[in-house]
Amino acid sequence: MRVEVDVPKCVGSGQCALLAPDVFDQREEDGMVVLLDESPPVELHDAVREAAVVCPAAVIRLVEQ
Amino acid sequence: MSPSDLQDFVLKRPVNAPLDPPPVYATLREGSPITRVSLWEGRAQPWLVTRWEDARAVLESPSFTVNPDRGAPWSLSEGVVQGSRGFFSMHDDPVHSLLRRTLTRDFLVKRIEAMRPGIAREVDELLTAMTKLPRPVDLVKHLALPLPSLVICDLLGVPYENHEFFQQLAEVMMDVTRDGESLAEARRTLAGFISEQMEAKRDAPADDLLSRVAAKVDEGIITASEAADMCSFLLFAGHETTANQIALSTVALLQHPDQIPRVLGEPADVANAVEELLRYLTIAHIGVQRAAVEDVTIGGVTIRAGEGVIIAIHVANRDPRVFTDPDRLDLERANARRHLAFSHGIHQCLGQPLARAELQIVLPEIFRRLPNLKIAVPMEEIAFKQDTKAYGIRELPVTW
Repeated sequence: MRVEVDVPKCVGSGQCALLAPDVFDQREEDGMVVLLDESPPVELHDAVREAAVVCPAAVIRLVEQ
Repeated sequence: MSPSDLQDFVLKRPVNAPLDPPPVYATLREGSPITRVSLWEGRAQPWLVTRWEDARAVLESPSFTVNPDRGAPWSLSEGVVQGSRGFFSMHDDPVHSLLRRTLTRDFLVKRIEAMRPGIAREVDELLTAMTKLPRPVDLVKHLALPLPSLVICDLLGVPYENHEFFQQLAEVMMDVTRDGESLAEARRTLAGFISEQMEAKRDAPADDLLSRVAAKVDEGIITASEAADMCSFLLFAGHETTANQIALSTVALLQHPDQIPRVLGEPADVANAVEELLRYLTIAHIGVQRAAVEDVTIGGVTIRAGEGVIIAIHVANRDPRVFTDPDRLDLERANARRHLAFSHGIHQCLGQPLARAELQIVLPEIFRRLPNLKIAVPMEEIAFKQDTKAYGIRELPVTW
């Protein structure tokens, strides 16, 4: 799975950082998403998929391989 | 179709089902998922969206505006000055993002986590005071209302010695029996108080929201008046809403006593229980409003430029396509997190991590500290707030 984030669309809700903290973090100055791991291990895939669904601004794009 | 043929957009719930949306909406969701309804005795006929997928589609679409000046149907919130950029929930991007981003740093998941000990302390103090009062005690007045305003004080950085003053102002503004002039007076006093606090932060900046917002004013990103409006907005947005959710959650849990152990369990179980209570109760029962800025098709229906839309998030949160047995409160529900209680899209509630933290802390403590908690009046006599912008309870006499 490859993860992409469209940072300009992010509103800083932090749901992704809550659901998959090893994959997503928030920028200190404004809470915008920081992608920590663009190829997360398989045990994190469910959490990442959930983050993509609940993201309010549809920022997370997953390329499932 | 004439206005009189349309279903009225109603808020009132039957006495025997106060925690479910009015029954007519489930029928609409199944039969006419995107349909016109009548608002203000037919003076407006917005579209009503009731399915989860369609709700998200509208809220993710750039073809809609939140701005009442561009047709978004609902009346303005109390105390909101139309047009003020400080009330950024009524503005589209780029104004919305500009204003919102001055605050997102203070709502970082990490920062809210750091507030938990302070929230726990406030809960403890309020519950201790409650246990000393003669029973029955009004849970709304003594816990549900004061907690969120104290927490907002902490977030803003209002000094402890001003908490009582801030609390009293907040109380006046929540009081629906007050006349327009005394409410306006309270709002002016609040705006003045916030401005003074920001001035003090300039001389002695701290690691808090007021200091950061004061710095943005100095940088010329926002005006002092917009900053004061934003801080008032945070208070309005986070006070009665959270209080209502606390009170309603207490009632909902008491109606499902076999599930109360879940809120006394592991943090992950408590967190999931809170999500399910958010889904089940969805207090924003006037829905979320938008207007189309261009013709757009949602769920096969074409909504024309200028037409208003009400997204009934409380009804979408009971969509059987997403939530199995949706009208059942199930604190172990695996996909509870997919609820729309905080809405969706770029305007999704900024305060949600704070609301979650408060609920995750206060609900277990209520049941831990007040054993054999009971509501002191019959269910049919509980004063539910049927026609306020956020559904809730006016007073909740409890005993234990």
